Amino acid sequence: MRTNNVILRAVVKLVVFIILTLAVYLFLSGHHSPGGGFIGGLVLASAFVLLFIAFDIETVRHAIPFDFKKVAALGAFISVSTGFASLVFGEAFLTQAFDYFELPFFGKTELSTVTIFESGVALVVVGVVVTIILSIVEDV
Amino acid sequence: MIEAMLYAALTLYGVAIAIALYRIIFGPSLPDRVIALDMIGVNLISAIAIISIVFGTRSFLDVILILGILAFISTIAFSKYIERGVIIDRKRND
Repeated sequence: MRTNNVILRAVVKLVVFIILTLAVYLFLSGHHSPGGGFIGGLVLASAFVLLFIAFDIETVRHAIPFDFKKVAALGAFISVSTGFASLVFGEAFLTQAFDYFELPFFGKTELSTVTIFESGVALVVVGVVVTIILSIVEDV
Repeated sequence: MIEAMLYAALTLYGVAIAIALYRIIFGPSLPDRVIALDMIGVNLISAIAIISIVFGTRSFLDVILILGILAFISTIAFSKYIERGVIIDRKRND
């Protein structure tokens, strides 16, 4: 009997978007409540792992054409370069700055340079976790 | 009164997790162990909801969402391993 996984794929196509929304929420709820780049990156990586389980490596590689090792390297570069950007203004390494701006849609919003650093951390976590799981799978 | 009820509920969730742990260790077959792991996940979610009531904070609600996602993914991975023998396929086969 040929088995199929129609139910799994139909559920996963819906659930992945919920997980991605939760990942973005956790990433943006950053430095005032639980969350941040590391947790957001882990949830994002779990969404990718769910896609890999429901479909297969070839299909997901075709749909998401990123080399995850390069994603991790790009994230590390972003994090370190935000650390060095504070040296340009004569501050110490990794000094952060924040201010409040009036944005047209969001109202009064706090924008900080920590978010750029956290986006680098999230990219590192996604790249490293997906690379570890794919290398474990491909080794067997 | 409500405090005593909340602590009694936490104790009962601990007992339920201990029973599920017995099923994981001495379970005769692999599906028994997978179901017991999923049951531990659900009990942990409920226990964390009660803990957030006891502490009077909303910070633990993210934990509930993440635990739900992780329990879902781990159950899917285990059941796919039992059914197919492989978790992540290499090539598309249908």
